[in-house]
Amino acid sequence: MKLTKTLMASTALTLAAGGAFAEAHVEMANDMTLVSWGGAYQASQQNAYVEPYLEMNPEVTATWDESSNEAVAKMRAMAEANNITWDLVDVVASDAIRLCDEGLAMEVDHDELLAPGDDGSDPTDDFGDLLVSDCFIPQIVYSTTAAYRNDVEEWGGEVPQDICALFDLETFPGQRTLERRPINNMEWALLCDGVAKEDIYDVLETEEGQDRAFAKLDTIKDQVIWWSAAAEPPQLLADGEAVIGSSYNGRWFSAIEEQDQPISMLWDAQVFDLDGWVIPAGLPEDRLARVKDFVRFATDTQRLADQAAYISYGPARMSSAPLVGDHAELGIAMGPHMPTAPENSQNVFVYNYEWWADYRDDLDAKFQAWLAQ
Amino acid sequence: MTDASADRVTGPTPDTAIRDAERQDGPMLAADGTPLKSALGKALRRQKLRALMLIAPLLLFIMVTFIAPIADMLFRSVENDIVSQTLPRTVVALDDWEYDSGEVPSEEVFEAFARDLAIAAERKDHTRLGSRLNYETTGISSLFRQSGRGVDEIGEPQMDALEELNEDSIEPFAWAAFMGTEDWAAEVEAWDADQQGLAPVFRPNNEAVAAFPETVQLYSAYAETARIAEDSAWDEDPFPIVFHVFAQELAEADPARLADIPGPAGLDLVAAREAIAALDIPSTRDAFLEIDEDWADPEVWGTIKAFSSPYTAGYYLAAMDLAKTPAGVEPVDEDQRIYRTLFLRTMVLSLTITGSCILLGYPIAWLLANLPLRTANVLMILVLLPFWTSLLVRTSAWKVLLQQQGVINDILVWAGLVGDGSRLVLINNATGTIIAMTHILLPFMILPLYSVMKTIDPSYLRAAKSLGATNWTAFWRVYFPNSVPGIGAGSILVFILAIGYYITPEIVGGTKGVFISNRIAYHISSSLNWGLAAALGTMLLALVLLLYWLYDRMVGIDNVKLGG
Amino acid sequence: MSDVVSNPANALKDDRSPVAFAMPLTAVLGLFFGYLVGQASGNLLVGLILGAAIGAGAAYLAATALANNRTYGRLGIIALCGLLGLLAGGLGGLVGGAFLGAVLSWVAYWLASGDYRRGVPPYATSGQVLWHNAFRFICGLIFFFLIAPIIVIIPLSFNAQDFFTFTPEMLRLSPEGYSLKHYRDFLELAGGSGGHPLYGILGGVIFGGVIIGLRALLSEDGPGKVWPPILIFGLLGLLIGALWGAEGDWISPLKSSLTIAPAATALSVALGTLAAIGLSQSHVPGRQLIMAIMISPMIVPLIISAAGMYFFYSRLGLQGTWIGVVLAHAALGIPFVIITVTATLVGFDRSLTRASANLGANPVRTFFKVQMPLILPGVISGALFAFITSFDEVVVVLFVGSAGQKTLPWQMFIGLREQISPTILAVATILVVVSIALLTTVELLRRRSERLRGMSPG
Repeated sequence: MKLTKTLMASTALTLAAGGAFAEAHVEMANDMTLVSWGGAYQASQQNAYVEPYLEMNPEVTATWDESSNEAVAKMRAMAEANNITWDLVDVVASDAIRLCDEGLAMEVDHDELLAPGDDGSDPTDDFGDLLVSDCFIPQIVYSTTAAYRNDVEEWGGEVPQDICALFDLETFPGQRTLERRPINNMEWALLCDGVAKEDIYDVLETEEGQDRAFAKLDTIKDQVIWWSAAAEPPQLLADGEAVIGSSYNGRWFSAIEEQDQPISMLWDAQVFDLDGWVIPAGLPEDRLARVKDFVRFATDTQRLADQAAYISYGPARMSSAPLVGDHAELGIAMGPHMPTAPENSQNVFVYNYEWWADYRDDLDAKFQAWLAQ
Repeated sequence: MTDASADRVTGPTPDTAIRDAERQDGPMLAADGTPLKSALGKALRRQKLRALMLIAPLLLFIMVTFIAPIADMLFRSVENDIVSQTLPRTVVALDDWEYDSGEVPSEEVFEAFARDLAIAAERKDHTRLGSRLNYETTGISSLFRQSGRGVDEIGEPQMDALEELNEDSIEPFAWAAFMGTEDWAAEVEAWDADQQGLAPVFRPNNEAVAAFPETVQLYSAYAETARIAEDSAWDEDPFPIVFHVFAQELAEADPARLADIPGPAGLDLVAAREAIAALDIPSTRDAFLEIDEDWADPEVWGTIKAFSSPYTAGYYLAAMDLAKTPAGVEPVDEDQRIYRTLFLRTMVLSLTITGSCILLGYPIAWLLANLPLRTANVLMILVLLPFWTSLLVRTSAWKVLLQQQGVINDILVWAGLVGDGSRLVLINNATGTIIAMTHILLPFMILPLYSVMKTIDPSYLRAAKSLGATNWTAFWRVYFPNSVPGIGAGSILVFILAIGYYITPEIVGGTKGVFISNRIAYHISSSLNWGLAAALGTMLLALVLLLYWLYDRMVGIDNVKLGG
Repeated sequence: MSDVVSNPANALKDDRSPVAFAMPLTAVLGLFFGYLVGQASGNLLVGLILGAAIGAGAAYLAATALANNRTYGRLGIIALCGLLGLLAGGLGGLVGGAFLGAVLSWVAYWLASGDYRRGVPPYATSGQVLWHNAFRFICGLIFFFLIAPIIVIIPLSFNAQDFFTFTPEMLRLSPEGYSLKHYRDFLELAGGSGGHPLYGILGGVIFGGVIIGLRALLSEDGPGKVWPPILIFGLLGLLIGALWGAEGDWISPLKSSLTIAPAATALSVALGTLAAIGLSQSHVPGRQLIMAIMISPMIVPLIISAAGMYFFYSRLGLQGTWIGVVLAHAALGIPFVIITVTATLVGFDRSLTRASANLGANPVRTFFKVQMPLILPGVISGALFAFITSFDEVVVVLFVGSAGQKTLPWQMFIGLREQISPTILAVATILVVVSIALLTTVELLRRRSERLRGMSPG
């Protein structure tokens, strides 16, 4: 009796393994819906790997959906309705963690799914610490960083040296622009209130620490234009509507280098963040097979390096770094414009994903209430 | 009556009917001889039916495409089955616990909670539940996330002890055989061959149920979790919590009976019982306090208990800056109160916008109504043009116009009316919202006003003047009262549309000029607090419906004309 | 428009001579303009003196020497101001000066010739005349307020930079500040596919011909005019042909919008007109409630509708499909159709349908031959509102639609969020032009319908 059961169990096991083998030969679907942010970033993805992939596989069509901003809400609703229409979704790391936590994104085996690095390294080593979640396939390292107008007369020749210029209304009068969310702003506020970099999250965990950060933000609240779309800060600075503010380094790059605006970067205390793919949980096999095939191609060493020719974000693979070349249109070397370049990353603030995953709900609620008051 | 029977032979004619009516000795008859009353009734019914037939397709259409989705949405504002579904055992166990006692719940509650949380963590439901409860008591979200990671530890030592006795005894296939029926095993095998659809549902065997009822229960939950994840209990490692429960039942079982029961993969259950008894296992309560000492806080348990019913008024309370705490309904902290402010602001700003629309719309409507039709219609194009230009573009244009370095400020500075250092702040505040929305909604005021004013006979004014009224008196006492329905129609239209707006305030309103709708949008797409969004939406909708009802009472909805 | 004879004000002219009346007023206006220009250019005194002098001079000329030569007089003053502007501020100054000159000369003639009394009864007191003109001035300002954003976006859409900013080059009117690149971006096609405009024209013309032929066969009035249908269908064919198969960042959304909006409009017009006719009958049980339900898409805040439809349509599998978006937009357009058509039916003379029935027409024939032509203006304006509702709708489509159905407003919304690019202003400018065309069409249709109803043309 016992024996038969065990035997049956082991046959089942072998069969399961056979099934897994058969899975590798599943028909691949020919339509993919890719979700991204739109704008220049999506264009860089299109140029660096979507178009090459479509050329290699002419039977495949790819549709873009510019919904990354609402990705978490939409994926939750899709799962609720059991109607998954997306195949691959580009999200920031914190959203990826959230999606993974809720079981809305598929957990992947990075070593099995992704191509090894050009130097032969395993994907897990090549991406290293950037694999912040089991569901997350990183593409780029970007940073949220400050920039300022370099022609403000009222400043009397003073040039912002560090992030605390944001809070210094005496020396650097004028409107500021900051993102309408607690992340980054709370950290910068504490940093400029005299908290040591390594203690920030410990302080922020306490009620008093949060009040302290809000008190610091209160000092500039009247002078801040809060943005929710990253395209706004360059527009505000180009207009002179704001004189200093935060945005993604790629947006500043395009305003400074492509549009020739009188703006300068302030790399101090830039906050590294990651952006990458997640695969929605519950895809049918044929679509999943196609997506896996695409992701393997799109995140290999060369493709990630190619992407840097269109936008100034650092490739997530270490092995891609030496391959980063010149800007596709301007012809300038992209290396020095990467947030990861040594001269830019002298003082980097490390974003604590796990901490924010735990405290995001709390602080979001408080921050929004603080804003509305 | 003989005449009547003669009539019936030749057939009814109108004059026979009249004759019948004149005779007054029977019911009045219609032309076909049926009583007039019922004939009229029949005609009326037919007319009603025809009207309803014409209306029915649209009514059905609106019901399916619009009313049902809205009702579905609004239902979320009271729906709250997430707690009782995710923590079924805990909810039952908490029945005996009182928040007022101020004590930490008993070991049984923690035991039930450990089982619920372990399953929820595997199904990844616990973070969502944490987020849900975090709406009520901040801090629960992080507590649940951390505990979800820590709950895996419970049952680990027991698992290790069993593994030491018999390496195969914790393998999935051994447990599947130990717990399930043979039929089920055969079905799984068949399913495994083609992997079509989900695996068959787990069926426990009678021996296991008799000996280890609790373990079987937990194992079923695990098997179901694996099944939903398109796996089967044959390939996935059972959760540690299963071993935790198994160890408890082993310890309680009669050793004499255990000897007769074959364990997983031939494990000697008597030996296993002894091995586990030798372990020093902390109570589940201590295990949780080890993970996070907040579990000793009755507030947390009180919140779980308070929100354990499948329906809740909690979202509505939250929408009014109240909170349902374990101790009862209380206002939330001063620094987190925003909804009353926002509702009030939405009302005040919408009223201001309506007021400025009346102020700007009235002269225009008067001018259009009193000009020759051809000129008026050409000017009407100016009114309708912005109405038909994309909302997004108009709002962006206002940004370009109103900002401090924008067109209006530039012109004012250029003309020397305003100093360069003291440029007006016209945007990213309530002023911006009022200006942009007045512009966007102005046509909705002008059109109804215009259609009412068109119907006012100009001779009224002339008559008033010829009777000696001054221009002002003639306007104020004669013309204005006649135009009041137009003002009413326009105002309510503008007001209703204004309080539901969200894109324009979002772009030009900054933080002081945003509406309650912006908050609804935030809860739908960012914070994912759909219940609160639905509650706020329901309250807003109730307000709008009240206004609509007033509007209908005052002017009637048919009296609105949109151009044409 | 000859002034002297027809102007009633001339007949009752008071003892003040036009020179004495017009000169000081125009001089004050000139003073004001001079102040503005002087303030801006840093020569306040020169500006004031020149402004007042030009104003007074213009009024004097308008009232005396050039009174009957309005065109030459105005051109002269415009040229003078433009020249001064050119000397002071280059090309930009020329345009600005000419504009101020145009305003000043118009005011000078308006005051000097007595046109300001036009439209007021001859017996009106000067206070009444002042009020009359002040009122018109205020209305003018409000009209300006209404179209100010449109005035702003048109020049910005020719911006050479990728920002919503009037650059110094643009203000100087130098050509390098302007470019057509945002229009090119809008029309840019992906992969060089350009559709089939020629086939389109051909198809359209043939279709138009078939329509004419059918009308000639079926209608007792004969074929009617041949050219309008050929032209209209030809142009329509050109549009469809040019878009057919064309792909591009903006062209594809335009195609989506042009597919969804007409489909949604057709649906809401068909259902809405029927229901409005039903509602307009006497004795409809529960009329108020039915009306409230049908108007509800207009009064429920859009964000709530959008979220509700998103969840509900997802469950039915309609989320992210063309049908889903069309249904959602049709629901949003229905209140407009109901309101406009019901409004037309209020004035509908019911005895006409009875007369038609008396003459032996069945209900269907009565509807198409009697009722329909008369309520057509209401149906058309309802249809246009429904069309615009769908064409300008972003909140609901953002939720209910998916990438495949991305509409123009959606693309604009992304454009605003991800890269603020004046391409959306170029799109808006094109749409403004189209709107003007549509509105003009409506006005022409209205005049036609009034002729049909036998009303005197307004």
